Amino acid sequence: MNALAGRGVKHDPQTPSLQMSDVSVAYAAGLQEVSLGGNGGNGRTERNRNGRLYALQHINFIAQRGERIAVVGPNGAGKSTLFKLIVGTVKPSQGQVQIFGHGPDGHICIGYVPQRNEIDWSFPVTVEDVVMMGRVGQIGLFRWPRRADWEVVRRSLARVEASHLAKKQIGELSGGQQQRVFIARALAQEAELLLLDEPLNGLDLPTQQAIFDILDSLRPEGVTVLVATHDLQLAADRFDKIMLLNRRIIALAEPTAVLTADNLLQAYGGHVHHLPGAEQGVLVDDCCGHDEPVIGER
Amino acid sequence: MNLLLDPLQFSFIVRALIAAVLVGIVCSVLGTYVVLRGMAFFGDALAHTILPGVVVAFLLGWPLAVGALIMGVFTAVGIGALSSRGVVKEDTAIGVIFAGAFALGVALLSATGNYTVDLAHFLFGNLLGVTNGDLWTTAVLGLIVLLIVFFFYKEFMVISFDPVLATTLRLPATFLRYLLLVLIAVTIVVSLQVVGIALMVAMLVTPAAAASLLTRRLASMMGIAAAIGAFSGAAGLYTSYYLDIASGPAVVLVATAVFALTYLFAPERGLIWRQN
Repeated sequence: MNALAGRGVKHDPQTPSLQMSDVSVAYAAGLQEVSLGGNGGNGRTERNRNGRLYALQHINFIAQRGERIAVVGPNGAGKSTLFKLIVGTVKPSQGQVQIFGHGPDGHICIGYVPQRNEIDWSFPVTVEDVVMMGRVGQIGLFRWPRRADWEVVRRSLARVEASHLAKKQIGELSGGQQQRVFIARALAQEAELLLLDEPLNGLDLPTQQAIFDILDSLRPEGVTVLVATHDLQLAADRFDKIMLLNRRIIALAEPTAVLTADNLLQAYGGHVHHLPGAEQGVLVDDCCGHDEPVIGER
Repeated sequence: MNLLLDPLQFSFIVRALIAAVLVGIVCSVLGTYVVLRGMAFFGDALAHTILPGVVVAFLLGWPLAVGALIMGVFTAVGIGALSSRGVVKEDTAIGVIFAGAFALGVALLSATGNYTVDLAHFLFGNLLGVTNGDLWTTAVLGLIVLLIVFFFYKEFMVISFDPVLATTLRLPATFLRYLLLVLIAVTIVVSLQVVGIALMVAMLVTPAAAASLLTRRLASMMGIAAAIGAFSGAAGLYTSYYLDIASGPAVVLVATAVFALTYLFAPERGLIWRQN
């Protein structure tokens, strides 16, 4: 059980990309009031016997190589916390997170595409600088990028059709271009597990399609993709599975099996309205406009 | 030309000039991270907290840099630790330590005889009093800071731009964060005699802020900031010589003027370009 098992070691294809076993995350004591001030999902908060509040509770699931899973749930459901568990910035209070059979700590194969508002777009770096950052783990301390690394950067940008943007400062990009550049960075990182947090917010449909075309091209390589999204229609159309999350996993299966009125009512509570005329019979009102309370380090 | 050469007949002016240029470069390069990471308040506070260390060294007859270095590293790590536990917010932690340590420094100094003159030197620098020994300290510590910034260039860039990426790349993020804090502390110590505690933050922030308006790449931002810092040091010293004003404030005023001009006239991003 080498802690650095992810580094430079080919993963066993039989091992699931990602496995969580009975994982719970408690809010730190001081954060309770603030984090759950009124917009915590459906307003229901989970407490255990000793009165602690949980961002996530009893999370059990397995993601296989090459699978594409949409993580769906109301604001405050714990989608970002789930991603932070996988990345390793949040530690489970209980249970175990395994990436290719080991804890997240040793892996440099986890690509994380942040929400666009998490990035300082005025930072003085060009597109190729950002993509090269994905190589920093492989390059190692006290070394400079070699020609092979720049070649990886060039190929990664070509795959997302952003070669012509290489010399641009990141603040000059459109929303879709920004997403593609960060996906290119994950490619340069040689990510085998790719997490995208609300990547489609504010993008028009053709741009969203272009992003999905890129994700499609990753599937033959066995890259597992998790996408947090609010768009149920998109989740149903473009994903193998949907994980319906609200502090616990309400359902995780093929889209048709997950998107039932009953499940959605459990996840979204009072924000689900039955519409007899609509095809799916429900409408989810998810426009409360609050940011999800995220726990983690600064 | 004589205007530039005349003052150099005094060896203390030559020493002051070398010190001002060195400090201008080191401060501005490291200041690039201070600006990009939004640590101006931290830098200002750290400069103030080293006062008790300087005063104790002064009273014991040690080199001032030793006392400053011990206190600077101690508070840099202390502030980092206090805020990372999440019990108090970072700027609150900084505020508490900053004011407390500064008060201690002033109190210690007030117990001595030559209180006001010494305090003024600590607060606003004593550029014309730079000795050969000070110059060596500045050069050696400054070089170490620049070398570390050079060797950890890509890692510092990643932790400043995207801390989550730093985690997924398994960079030693905590170590790097503390290293940066310690480098800022050392830089402040190096600059103590040039601009003094109260004006320190200007040397860290102002040249880098001006450079940020002139370029879109990190490496060139550091280069341009260093050039502005060096120019401010030299031009400030001459200004102080000819106008007979205090040298530390003169250096800072030149840097501020450079920033103001950049803010107005920077290509594309200057104020005048945005009007139409």
